[in-house]
This record gives sequence, structure tokens and C-alpha cells, in this order.
Amino acid sequence: MAEREKILEIKDLRISFKTTNGTVNAIRGVNLELHKGETIAIVGESGSGKSVTTKAVMGIMASNATIDSGEINYVWYDEDTGERNERDLTKMSESEMGKIIRGRKIAMVFQDPMTSLNPTMTIGKQIMEPMIYHYGKSKEEAHAKALELLQLVGITNAEDRMNNYPHQLSGGMRQRVVIAIALSCDPYVLICDEPTTALDVTIQAKILELIKDIQSKKDLSVIYITHDLGVVAKVADFVNVMYAGKIVERGTIEEVFYDPRHPYTWGLLSAMPDLSTNDPELYTIPGAPPNLAYEIKGDAFAPRNQFALNIDKRIDPPLFPVPGSDTHLCASWLMHEKAPKVEMPESLQRRIANMKKEAGIE
Amino acid sequence: MNKGMMKYIGKRLAISAATLFVIILVLFLMLKLMPGTPFNDEKLTEAQLAVLMAKYGLDKPIMVQFWNYLRNMLTGDFGVSYVINKNMNISQLVGSAMGISFRLGVMATILGTVIGILLGIVAALNKNTWIDSVSTIISVIGVSIPSFVFALLLVYLLGARWRLFPTQYSSSKPFTSSIIPVIALSMSVIANVARFTRTEMISVLGSDYMILAKAKGLDQRTLIFKHALRNSLIPVITILGPIMVNIMTGTMVVEKICGIPGLGKLLISSIQQNDYNVTLACSFLYAVMYIIIVLVIDVLYGIIDPRIRLGKGD
Repeated sequence: MAEREKILEIKDLRISFKTTNGTVNAIRGVNLELHKGETIAIVGESGSGKSVTTKAVMGIMASNATIDSGEINYVWYDEDTGERNERDLTKMSESEMGKIIRGRKIAMVFQDPMTSLNPTMTIGKQIMEPMIYHYGKSKEEAHAKALELLQLVGITNAEDRMNNYPHQLSGGMRQRVVIAIALSCDPYVLICDEPTTALDVTIQAKILELIKDIQSKKDLSVIYITHDLGVVAKVADFVNVMYAGKIVERGTIEEVFYDPRHPYTWGLLSAMPDLSTNDPELYTIPGAPPNLAYEIKGDAFAPRNQFALNIDKRIDPPLFPVPGSDTHLCASWLMHEKAPKVEMPESLQRRIANMKKEAGIE
Repeated sequence: MNKGMMKYIGKRLAISAATLFVIILVLFLMLKLMPGTPFNDEKLTEAQLAVLMAKYGLDKPIMVQFWNYLRNMLTGDFGVSYVINKNMNISQLVGSAMGISFRLGVMATILGTVIGILLGIVAALNKNTWIDSVSTIISVIGVSIPSFVFALLLVYLLGARWRLFPTQYSSSKPFTSSIIPVIALSMSVIANVARFTRTEMISVLGSDYMILAKAKGLDQRTLIFKHALRNSLIPVITILGPIMVNIMTGTMVVEKICGIPGLGKLLISSIQQNDYNVTLACSFLYAVMYIIIVLVIDVLYGIIDPRIRLGKGD
């Protein structure tokens, strides 16, 4: 992992939504890093703020959302001069975001392919549009490139498909088209917001393969948003576990899956369906995520955490580095040197041992 | 225009012809069941009346009369007027009246639709601001106040008070004298189209494909005109049909106020005077217009929305 280049860094991002029920602090200090050519995953349950974080990167948040503080620093090199640029995306104007970043540098694949294509525009036009718009390509050039992209994402009869409307394609095909649109302007960062959630399992695997394949071909950096740990294990280099608008644990796949430190991560891993256990019941994390419309005192996960310490109720834990690793971080007071030694639940230990065995480690 | 489309239109035309036949039959029978005859002159003797009835073929059995009428109609002969304009050819009588009504209706529809769509878009883009409220107020007024009230108001203000336009229709100044009735008729169109466009536009602007279009980095103008407008207008087209029909039939009172010799005015007087052929021809024309409008709207809908044009799947 020599010479990793950081291209996107989110620093202490805070986002709130104004709703009729008051202000909801959806993102409460998120820190994220993305390096060139790598894949990070953001996992967490619904409402934990995964999508909002990435929508902030794209500048496509809902109109009632505001970025209260924090930075989203993005680095890119000028296409002609090769000059290095670094900008804070939160400070860029709406029109600058549209002209420079959105679609061109950072592109996005959305969750539901059934609704994310314009129903009254042929898919060819929808793929060609950003190229013509951003790069002033001629129709012929754009057409040729769109064909190429459709072939790249594995659509047969690309020439005919160009004239099809979205409703004439299946869900998996449509997601391929959405990916082709995302790739049309040769972005450096691809954000995939639950790209396979709306698809059936057989197609899921194919789409994941496809994204991985394209990533290596085009040297893309990818951010996956998902609540499916199976997907994470398949595609990501790094995992960020998110809870109630914060990253609670971060590390490489091996670190988070085989040596999880945060009780929430323990809960998530225990709640994963598994064929190898004899348990008649699937574990679920007790309780529900906190309502972010109210101020949260201490650790947001404390009320659901059987291992919570007294300090959790008063002070929010910072991200502690996990000893022996420079990539593994965990926001739990259990990591503090003075904290009592708490081991992960035994059932999870067995589970991880099984996973390791399957993966052929040790 | 592909083969499927032609087949679709052909099918619709066949259904339309059948519908028209039923309409004529019902109209014909209903008119015959009305009391009285077209010949209301008290001085007529029984014998004279019988001669008149025989002259116009009104003494024959109803089904024979119907058959004769239908046969003549197919050759373009709608008979003659008995009362309103004695022995005048109906095609001529109704034709000129319809021309005026139709022109007014089309003008009002176009004016109302254009203004309504603009108003709706502006309201949707400024949702929950004072602009939106103003548009809503205009819509509520337009929907709740009937067109003849607007006609009276406009005749009073623009015509009598400020003398901007003539209050009464005259064939020598067909354009300026149409302005008042056209504005009056278009008010409800503006209101309906604006409300509908606003709702559709707002729901389209919040849709997933608009977020994707925004994620492409397109500017606001491209987003609205290239992606949002077409999708919001599809449902608006569906209400245009009923709106146009409403205008066509709703002109009667406005025609009366503004002294327009249109179809509505003709229909009412023909019913009052038992002028069978005129009533029949007027009603028949309304039916034809209705069917044509609905057909055109359906075809237009197919052209704009590929999901209907191409059918599900491939």
C-alpha cells in the first residue's frame, strides 16, 4: 500500500435538516477518507446518515438540509495542465459544483434503477447528455462513446438499446444503464448508493462484479453505501460503520470483520444471517436508533449497548486508534486504556472463527 | 408514427363511428318523443298541417324517418331548417355558427393552456413562497367563478368602462370583438391547467430521475426544460380533452352575453322551436367534436409518452 493518495477527505461534517418537528441533526461529525483506486464502504442501518453524507459530497441534498460545519476536501488534477487542485466542496457554489464536480469528477449510482431513469427519454440520449453538456462533444462522438459504455457495462445489442426507453429494460439492465451514465464523463470517484438493494440476488452479484471490473479498468475510487455486510465483504477495502450520524468504527475489511471492536459492530455482525450456526433465532440489536431531533448526550449507542459504561451516558467517545494498527479506529470508551476489559460475545467469537476458517485464514 | 400506432388509431376510429351511430339513434328517438311539431302556427288547419308533415316526410313511421335521415346524412345532407331560417340548408346554417364557436374555443384553450402551464411551473419552482400563493389564489378564483361572470365583468370593465374592446361580437371585427369572450372562457382553463401543472411539476421535481439528472451536473434550466417539463405535461394533456369539451359546451351563456352567433345559441333556440333538424345537427356536431378531441388527446398522449406508444416490454 505504498504511495496511497488521498483524494477525498471529509472532516467533522455536520448536517442538519429543518423539519416541521424541529431541527434534525442527521450528520454529527463524520470523518471519512478515500484514497485513489480504493473502495470504501459505509455501512449502517436506515437513517444513520449514509446517503446524506454522500449526497453532501455531490451537492444534491434536499432543500431543507444545511451543512453546519466541516469540510469535504477533494483533490483532482487538471485534465490539460495536470495541475493539482484541492477544494472544499462545501464552499463551492451551486453552479461551480455542477460545472466542475458533479457528474464529471464524482458520479453516482442510485439505489432504485426502476425510478432513476427519465421515463420519456431514450437511454441513448440519457447517456449522451452529460458528455455533450460537459465536454461539448458532437452527437456522433457522444453516440460512439455511449455505445462503448453500454458494451462495457455488459448490455448486448447496444445499438438497438440506445433507442429504447427505460420501461423496455429490466431492472438489472437499467442499473447497468445508470452505471453507464455515471461513467460517461470519466469520473474519478464513483459513489454507489445501495446499487443492488432493489435488484434480485443473482443480478446483485453481477452488478457488483461489473463495478469492481470497471473500477480496476478505470482506476476509480469507489464509495459504497450499503446495509448489507455481505456486499461490503465482497467489494470494499475499507469499512466505515456508521451509527446515528457518526462513524463509530473504521478499518480494513479484515480488521472490522475479524477483529471488531465497537459493540455496535458486534451487533451488526451478530445480526447477519449465517448458515453455520445452530441458533434457532437470529440476533437483533435491541431497541431502535435515537431520534436525532433531540440532542444526544454521551454515546448515541449507549441505550442499546449492554456493554455501556457510565461515561458513555455523559461524554461522546472520540475515535480511538486500535492498538497495533494504523488503519483501525473505534469510537468507544471500551478502547480507553482505563476501561474494563470487555470481550465480544462468545457466539460472535465462534462466528468469526468460522468465517476465518472459511476464508482460509489460520 | 409506426405500424402499431396506425392500428391503434384505426381501431379508435371504428369505435368512434359506432359511438356516433348510437348517439344519432338516441337523439333522433328522443326528439320524436318531444311534444309538439315544428309548425306551431295556430292558423294552420289540420289538413294544411298534414300536407306540411307529408312534405318533410314527418308522417312516415319513425324508423323509416330515421333511415332516411341517416342516408341523407351520409351524403352530407342534414336536411333543412323548418323554423329558424325556413328551408335554409342546415349544413350552411350550422356550419357558419360552428366556425365561430370553434374558433373561440380553440383560442381560449390555447391561451388558457399556455398561461396555465407557465403559471403552474412558476408556482412549482417557487413552492411555498408568496408567488405560489398568488398562483393558488388565481386558480381558486378561476375554478370557482363561472365564465359568464367573467364575461359580464369584462364586458363592463374592458368594454363599457374603459372602451378598450367592443362589447358585442361583430363579423366585421372578428378579432378585437373576440377578445372579451376568449379571456372569459380561458379563465377556467388557466386555473385548471395551472393547478395540475404545479402538482405534477412538484412531484416530478422530487423524483429519483431528477436527482440523477442533477447528479449529472446539469444546470437548472436544462433540468427543468429537458427533464421535468415533458414528464409533468403528460398528465396535463389528459385534462385538456375534458377542458376543451367544457369550453365548447360552456360557451352558450358567454355567446349569449357577447352576442356571438355560435353553435350554443343556435342549439338552444332550435330546441325551443322544435326545429328537429337543427337540434340534431348541432348535437351531432358536439358529439363529433367530443370524440375527435378525445381521440386527438389520446394520440397526442401516445406521442409524448413512450410507455403508451410502445406498450409494456418489447
